[in-house]
Amino acid sequence: MSKILVIAEHSDGTLSSAIAKTVAVAQKIGGDIEVAVFATDGAAVAAQAAKLSGVTKVLVVNNAANSYPLAATLTPQIVELAKGYSHVLFPGTTYGKDLAPRVAARLNVQQVSDIMAVHAPNKFDRPIYAGNAITTVEAAAGTVVATVRLASFTAVAEGGSAPVETVAVNATLPTHTRFAKLEAQKSARPELQSAKRVVSGGRALGSSENFKVIYDFADKIGAGVGASRAAVDSGYVPNDMQVGQTGKIIAPELYFAIGISGAIQHLAGIKDARTIVAINKDPEAPIFEVADIGLVGDLFALVPELTGKM
Amino acid sequence: MKVLVSVKRVVDYNVRIQVKSDGSGVVTDGIKFSMNPFDEIAMEEAVRLREKGKVTEIVAVTIGGAKNEETLRSALAFGADRAIHIKEDGEVQPLTAAKAFAAALKKEGAQLFLCGKQAIDDDANQTGQMVASLLDIAQATFASKVEIDGAKALVTREIDAGLETLEVDLPAVVSVDLRLNEPRYLKLPDIMKAKKKPIETVSLGDLGVTLEAGSKTVKVAPPPTRSKGVMVKTVDELVAALKQKGLV
Ligand SMILES: Cc1cc2nc3c(=O)[nH]c(=O)nc-3n(C[C@H](O)[C@H](O)[C@H](O)COP(=O)(O)OP(=O)(O)OC[C@H]3O[C@@H](n4cnc5c(N)ncnc54)[C@H](O)[C@@H]3O)c2cc1C
Ligand SMILES: Nc1ncnc2c1ncn2[C@@H]1O[C@H](COP(=O)(O)O)[C@@H](O)[C@H]1O
Repeated sequence: MSKILVIAEHSDGTLSSAIAKTVAVAQKIGGDIEVAVFATDGAAVAAQAAKLSGVTKVLVVNNAANSYPLAATLTPQIVELAKGYSHVLFPGTTYGKDLAPRVAARLNVQQVSDIMAVHAPNKFDRPIYAGNAITTVEAAAGTVVATVRLASFTAVAEGGSAPVETVAVNATLPTHTRFAKLEAQKSARPELQSAKRVVSGGRALGSSENFKVIYDFADKIGAGVGASRAAVDSGYVPNDMQVGQTGKIIAPELYFAIGISGAIQHLAGIKDARTIVAINKDPEAPIFEVADIGLVGDLFALVPELTGKM
Repeated sequence: MKVLVSVKRVVDYNVRIQVKSDGSGVVTDGIKFSMNPFDEIAMEEAVRLREKGKVTEIVAVTIGGAKNEETLRSALAFGADRAIHIKEDGEVQPLTAAKAFAAALKKEGAQLFLCGKQAIDDDANQTGQMVASLLDIAQATFASKVEIDGAKALVTREIDAGLETLEVDLPAVVSVDLRLNEPRYLKLPDIMKAKKKPIETVSLGDLGVTLEAGSKTVKVAPPPTRSKGVMVKTVDELVAALKQKGLV
């Protein structure tokens, strides 16, 4: 039977919502599911992890060096803790993508990136070529180290009460990597990766001031706000709003692509959206090939009208 | 300071991918290949660091068959001084690639390894982190700004929460993201000059690395397709359609 270790991403004492989805993958693999919390004082985060349905045990590793998550510092601790586990799972966030390969290399195993379906404990589907092909892979012998494509899974429910255990990990930590600063984008809007509705704007918006029509509409319907790479590159919005192959992969119930042409790299981020609505002045725009509802016209006229009629 | 830049030959990002009907992979015959777009950004950054006087030598490295020479010629046209072609015709997965790059980095005594954050064919996003791990040196992934300051580097990273800055000791691995820079267009004189620059050919074995089978590809399939949607003519029709689907 599998023994699965899930690495808990957290910040400011709050467990990342990505972990409930990572645990969902662990449940599909089947076996004991233990969640590891690395922190200076992980009690609060551990209590949240213990509630996740399916979790067998929560392990807390307290160390002053864990005050800010750094792949270089976490890796030796995870490698030490991972002894005896068949799987080590990470969320497919920038945190997990940065950390998992560092752990895999230390364990001398290939890593499976972006699990989107589980066929067997060592057999998974994952996207390649920006999601334009899906490959089924069988992990080689040894520990399975993998990241989870969050948009493919539903979070497990809460209601569990797993035991929490504090463990000591004996590992020498490197000092070659130091945290300097974080410029976080604080937003009152729903977070992109968990929002039920998302409104994205593209290059057509033309300026950060013009993005107001997108924000106004999004606020009217309680949606998160995303953007194409072109809109981010042009400086209309910050980088953490980019949706796509190299930005965030999202799965809202309702997605609006406004003034976005629909390049394959953008579509890679919205393949799991339930309903896609496109507004574009070009009837030939590729976005209309994937949109469930399309409307041709000038966004600067149509979007305010839509906001008014919601 | 010497910098090593990895450049992968991949299906060009504009190509519409077709999956082979026997499920063995994607169609690559007669298809345009280019340097991985992220690796172009890594090459550009290396050249800019040299222009700023932070870097003295740029060595480009690739792993792959004979055609990878084209990719190395592009890297040389960008401004690499010389190139290393690790010749291997079989499938090379990230851990094996990382072992080869780690060995090359050590052999060259380079202080910086620049690579793309992901190859747009396998979308693995692993190799750079693995190189850093194998050598137990610092890593700064998804970089949108790189400043070299003596034996240290300050690297700004694009993460889910926003922009994070790390201070790392050199040698270090930096994997680059899209907004680090905009790669220059290669000019004909540079392409001509690149033809005369040296390319050294080695095997994985020369670097003390064996080709590992790694994960096994069972099959490759096209993604599920979305069914054709409807076009509406007015905002009122759009609102009605959304209401009908119970979405608003
Ligand atoms: C390696 C790589 C990775 C990438 N990763 C991503 C990624 O993660 N996410 C991403 O989005 N892109 C990504 N891209 C970029 C992608 O290829 C496209 O360049 C980008 O998505 C284009 O953004 P856009 O649709 O906003 O701009 P454009 O393609 O310029 O489209 C603008 C659209 O707006 C329409 N328009 C203009 N004015 C109006 C108006 N007044 N009213 C209505 N419509 C109007 C136009 O008809 C057009 O269709 C990547 C590219 C590469 C090479
Ligand atoms: N065969 C290869 N040849 C050259 N560079 C490679 C190769 N494989 C991986 N890389 C480098 O590693 C980066 C990340 O690749 P990956 O981990 O496969 O997504 C790429 O952007 C390249 O810079």
